[in-house]
Amino acid sequence: MSHYQPLGRRVVTLPFVFLGVIALIGLYFLAERFINGMGAVTNLNGGFPWGIWVVYDIVVGTALACGGYALAVTVYVFNKGKYHPLIRPALLASLLGYGLGGVGAIIDMGRWWQFYNLFLPWQMNFNSVMLEVGLCVSAYIVVLMIEFLPTVLEKFKAEALLKKLNKVLFVVIALGVLLPTMHQSSLGTMLIAMGWKVHPLWQTLHLQPLLAVLTAFTMGFSIVVFEGSLSSVGFRRKPETHLLSGLGRIIVGLIAVYLAIRFGEILVRGKLGLVFAGDLASLMFLIETALFVYPLVVLMSPRGRGNARSLLFAAVSMLLAGTLYRFNAFLITLDPGPGYSYFPALPEIMVTVGLVAIEIMVFLFVVKTFPVMPREDHAAAPNA
Amino acid sequence: MADNEFDFSAIETRLGVSRRTFLKFCTGVAASLGLGNNAAYAMAEAVADRKKRPPVIWLHGQECTGPTEALLRSEQPSLEHLILDLISLDYHQTLDAGAGHRVEEIKRHAMQEHKGKYLLVVEGAIPLAQNGIFCKIGGQTMTDATREAAEHAAAIVAYGSCASWGGVQSASPNPTGAVGAPQFLTDKTVVTIPGCPPNPANFIGTVLFFVTYGKLPPIDEKGRPKWAYGRLIHENCYRRPHFDAGRFATEFGDEGHRKGYCLYKLGCKGPETYNNCPSLEFNNVGGGVWPIGVGHPCFGCSEQGTGFHKALFSLSDVKTHTPPNTFPTIDAREGTSSATVATAAVAGVAVGAALGASAMAGRKLGNRDADQE
Amino acid sequence: MNRRDFLRASIGGAAAALASSGASARPNLTPAPEAIGMLFDSTLCVGCKACVSACKAVNGLPPTLLGDDVQYDSARDLSHETYNVIKVYTNGKPVAKDSETDGFAFEKRSCMHCVDPGCVSVCPVTALLRHPLTGIVTYDKDACIGCRTCMTGCPYNVPQFDYDNPWGMLHKCQMCNQKGVERIDKGGMTGCAEACPTGATLFGSRTALLEEAKRRMQLRPGEIYNYPRGDVRQPSSHHEKAVPHYQHHVWGEKEAGGTNVMHISSIPFDKLGMPPLGERSHVSISEGVQHTLYSYMALPAVVLGGLTWLVKRNTDDEGDDV
Repeated sequence: MSHYQPLGRRVVTLPFVFLGVIALIGLYFLAERFINGMGAVTNLNGGFPWGIWVVYDIVVGTALACGGYALAVTVYVFNKGKYHPLIRPALLASLLGYGLGGVGAIIDMGRWWQFYNLFLPWQMNFNSVMLEVGLCVSAYIVVLMIEFLPTVLEKFKAEALLKKLNKVLFVVIALGVLLPTMHQSSLGTMLIAMGWKVHPLWQTLHLQPLLAVLTAFTMGFSIVVFEGSLSSVGFRRKPETHLLSGLGRIIVGLIAVYLAIRFGEILVRGKLGLVFAGDLASLMFLIETALFVYPLVVLMSPRGRGNARSLLFAAVSMLLAGTLYRFNAFLITLDPGPGYSYFPALPEIMVTVGLVAIEIMVFLFVVKTFPVMPREDHAAAPNA
Repeated sequence: MADNEFDFSAIETRLGVSRRTFLKFCTGVAASLGLGNNAAYAMAEAVADRKKRPPVIWLHGQECTGPTEALLRSEQPSLEHLILDLISLDYHQTLDAGAGHRVEEIKRHAMQEHKGKYLLVVEGAIPLAQNGIFCKIGGQTMTDATREAAEHAAAIVAYGSCASWGGVQSASPNPTGAVGAPQFLTDKTVVTIPGCPPNPANFIGTVLFFVTYGKLPPIDEKGRPKWAYGRLIHENCYRRPHFDAGRFATEFGDEGHRKGYCLYKLGCKGPETYNNCPSLEFNNVGGGVWPIGVGHPCFGCSEQGTGFHKALFSLSDVKTHTPPNTFPTIDAREGTSSATVATAAVAGVAVGAALGASAMAGRKLGNRDADQE
Repeated sequence: MNRRDFLRASIGGAAAALASSGASARPNLTPAPEAIGMLFDSTLCVGCKACVSACKAVNGLPPTLLGDDVQYDSARDLSHETYNVIKVYTNGKPVAKDSETDGFAFEKRSCMHCVDPGCVSVCPVTALLRHPLTGIVTYDKDACIGCRTCMTGCPYNVPQFDYDNPWGMLHKCQMCNQKGVERIDKGGMTGCAEACPTGATLFGSRTALLEEAKRRMQLRPGEIYNYPRGDVRQPSSHHEKAVPHYQHHVWGEKEAGGTNVMHISSIPFDKLGMPPLGERSHVSISEGVQHTLYSYMALPAVVLGGLTWLVKRNTDDEGDDV
């Protein structure tokens, strides 16, 4: 008897239709991108070749999709089985988030019809961080699909296949821990090659991979709290606060380590003056830091952790912190030289928003038709 | 218009031109001077009135008489008549019928009689070395003659490069200490019409202006009338598009030279020489008759420090970059954008929606927890 | 998980983190054995833009129009149709050429053909390559996926993507030696160096050009020098000019490993739009980090082994699913 169930409610609700409209608008502009070129839809230029399609859809989007990664480490590496019920929804969110990243990558590719060159060994440049990101993200999407396969097989009652799959799943799960560690850190390493254009407060050179994977990992836990909280409210289920508060503890530890390394690097390299320089960069740094510190403070106390509301707000703050960290480094404080500027164009924003809308729509659909959500009794029991 | 006011028949007789030709001439000069239509009539009137002809004393120093010869070669119908009738040329060493001490006396007499009213034209350089002995006319040094004549002149015009700044004899090592009139008459305003030779129209136009309005046209810091010397040759040269597009003649007779490409690489000094040669050209024989037009680089004959100073085929300085050369600045970029209010608003809405959903969920969770406690 | 396993995992993680902090960083690349380049002397440039025209002609590029009615080629910067552009530096009342104050000077912008090219290092599909002999940085549109990482990795913002073309590609100077043009292979020189009337753009081997640049630094300002035009090793002609006050620095000798296209000028280079570069190229650092972590995939393989063992052990008790 499965611990999970489809929510079985009506898929086409008012929010779903609203999202559908947004999705259609996004798809319209996406079509324009392919017919008339990126210039017709985006504000990309010679100094800012990467805009929100790369920075949000891929860099931030995949970090937001690290729920599966975070839980895989917790449940399967550190053997904390009690978090098991949270896995399937997290996996679905991860699969969709990485799917968004993959789609974002394709639509942002200027010569997308030649994407296969990335997979031809004789074309590969093994010095390239981008190669590693591309291959690793592609591999991880396959891993996520396989990890999600049990849910699908369960729905179609393919018992024999399910049994066979479960026997080899441990390899896939191990990959599901290794691969995100690799590509999330590489997404940080990409900033090194951007050199002087990255603001000194974000150009941590050798520490880029570590800070990137650390924040992504933390965002993974935060997104589980976020998705869990919103699901329980949106689907009118019992909140899983007792489980989520445990994750809150993990988040505290990770943020503490992150801040220590971050500020350590700033102090050792003599960049503290820049933090208080009074310009846009210092303002963004202070906001970003505040967004990291808030959840640290809130989740330090058991009361803060035990309260569903403060858990949610802390998680949202951490998600915003990680998002802003990436936006700041790649876009907001990026300075390619005098005369360059970038702000996304309206169609550009609508494509991203449209893709996110599709992501949410698919999530809603799958969660209602596939056994993703844990049964209420399974999840609510604190000692399962 | 006012053409009934003065009697053209006298002019037609005196100058041997029809009224129509005469007015065309005056309109042309007025246009060259950058003046309006009314100026043409004013000039015509001034010329018609015999009483307005100023007396002119014309001195020659170290020179080849090129400027005077150029003036005489003007092909406007009966122009020499026009000139000679425009002014009362009381003393001119080349054109005077007489010669010797008698002529010198006439000069002194004229200067005395028209004290303060005559126009002094200087042609040729004034040598200063060894008390000016290197140029003497009738036993008098050029320095003395110039000083004497300049004393009571109403206006002084230096005609030609030699008189304007020293010309060919001032070329290194300048053994005679040749200088132009402005460098000698430092306490006077001297209008200079440089060129080797200058286009006579530059002289005629300036004189006509003086005759009509009783004053000199606007001049620059070197005394050159701005209407003729205000622009670099480079600015008006019709081979300029070739310069801008990088099409150059590299050798005399090569393909580029035969095609009429820019002569910059052959040492054309157009980019650092102020003159109106591309506009007026020379000899009044039609298009293309000027040095660059016939395929020889300009050598900067009218420009002090360039003509007879810089090597013929050395590259000139390019004094200024003028339109239509649109040079982008160091920080000019293609295709950059800035946020619009609408876009920023939408971005704000998207982020706001996510935050709002979280806030709402948070509130509901808070209530839920309160219920459960 | 027991304490032992936890410690093992943490130490492994810490080791990886420490290892990534600069252990086996590779040094800058060195110039190619027969490196070909150009020398741009800003003091010789008169802003005639013959090089801009020649580049467009040789590479078959259209003029960049400022508007519907303006027919002049008026590129403001490098773009998908401009591989070479002349820009002006001005200060105060720009009357004196090559004067830092109240003056103006011209600067040429085009691919620097770096010795340690950022674009080559970051490109995932080897669409950008540094020629092993000449050091020329080439682009292959058939390999390119249009990810534009090269644009982020180039310190000079040289590669330009054609955003307005749905089938667009990257564009940059390839020293007039790309397929179909092949000027250098055929024994010629770049279009810009050939067209330049003053020798401001000089062609030749990097060694010879660097020598020429240093020679000019040694001359006394005001001294007359016979400046070559064309190829510095076999000038097509010369012209005499007084030596100006140079900035005693050859840009591209050492910056981020150096460039094949070097610049000298009388204006400080930061004012001419050159980026703030040190001697170490950033891509040498990023490659060092990547190789430390992923060399031969050794570290990932070891980690995967450890993880697989852990996960199997943890799922065996439950025999459970995901």
